[in-house]
Amino acid sequence: MAFWRTPLDIDKLKIPKGELHIIKERCKGCGFCVEYCPKGVLQLSDEFNSKGYHPPEVVKPEECVNCDLCEVLCPDFAIYCVRIEEEEEEVDN
Amino acid sequence: MSVETTKQVSDEHPMEHLLRMDRIPHIWCSTCGLGTTVRALAEALEQLEIDHDKVAVVSGIGCTGRVAGYLKLDSFHTTHGRAVPFAMGLHIARPDMKVIVFSGDGDLVSIGGNHFIHTARRNIDITVICVNNFIYAMTGGQVAPTTPIRARSKTTPYGNYETPFNIPLLAASSGAVYVARWTALHVRRMAMSFAEAISKRGFSLVEVIAPCSTLYARLNKLGTGLSLMKFYHDNSEIRHGADLNDIAIDYQSKIVVGKFLDVEKPTYLDALNHHNAGIFGDKYKPYGGGNGSD
Repeated sequence: MAFWRTPLDIDKLKIPKGELHIIKERCKGCGFCVEYCPKGVLQLSDEFNSKGYHPPEVVKPEECVNCDLCEVLCPDFAIYCVRIEEEEEEVDN
Repeated sequence: MSVETTKQVSDEHPMEHLLRMDRIPHIWCSTCGLGTTVRALAEALEQLEIDHDKVAVVSGIGCTGRVAGYLKLDSFHTTHGRAVPFAMGLHIARPDMKVIVFSGDGDLVSIGGNHFIHTARRNIDITVICVNNFIYAMTGGQVAPTTPIRARSKTTPYGNYETPFNIPLLAASSGAVYVARWTALHVRRMAMSFAEAISKRGFSLVEVIAPCSTLYARLNKLGTGLSLMKFYHDNSEIRHGADLNDIAIDYQSKIVVGKFLDVEKPTYLDALNHHNAGIFGDKYKPYGGGNGSD
């Protein structure tokens, strides 16, 4: 990102990974999560939910670092982030 | 562009145990900041690790007044402007409970303004969360005592000309012991501030500047609530301990946020017990234990 340098001990740091869960029927399409995701993981989709809003969709799932900002900003309790445990990551790798 | 859809879940949102899920989705408009503020309060209650059976939320009337109905705590939806006196009665009857008033600017400082200043004067041990959206939102956008000069509302179509309240100054000069202000975008700091205010003994006030998309933003042609959130991002300045006379909010000008006041003063029950113990001596049995523990 543009605002900070790469940490000097980047090799030793373990970057957490998260998995996003979107409750689409509860979403009101405000776009707070899309606007403030520091990694640009989300974007508003073209599909409609039953209220006529466009819920967000995950476009870069591998970028999510489980910062929870979308979850705390969401006014409708419609998105949350679950940390992917390390064992699963090792299996993936 | 690879588009992957997430799992369609009916799983539990982590805050569902604090919400009355039969009432969700709530009635607040898209891009309203109230849901974010409720989420911050839920996070503060999680952080504090207090018994949720010992927490009561009292709301008045208005958009923010709906909060009491959405939180799965002991909650009370009171008459217009009277959230603070109901909370005061609840605190006096049950000093062991943490009483939180969650209401709007119109409810707390307009119709309930007199109750607000006198509860602060007595330093009753309650927490007041005042969500300020600069307008009477639920009743259709009338001018509120917090509407900035030049801002338009339904009753001031050519702009407001009345001087608005500076809510932190009002609370601090009336006798509050903890005064802070955040915008709906400062979610983490707001949650920390809520936790501090709930733990604080005495009258604590947290003002939350929240976007009103349907009335304030639309009548002033400011875009949506998301545009107001971007405005808060660009124009809010964190200044802890700022001089309260300098933090009045003008129309679309800089918003000073932060923790402005954190002092110790005897609460109402402390003063009552101290005074009566001085007069009656050993015959007097302190009410409420003085520290709210029994």
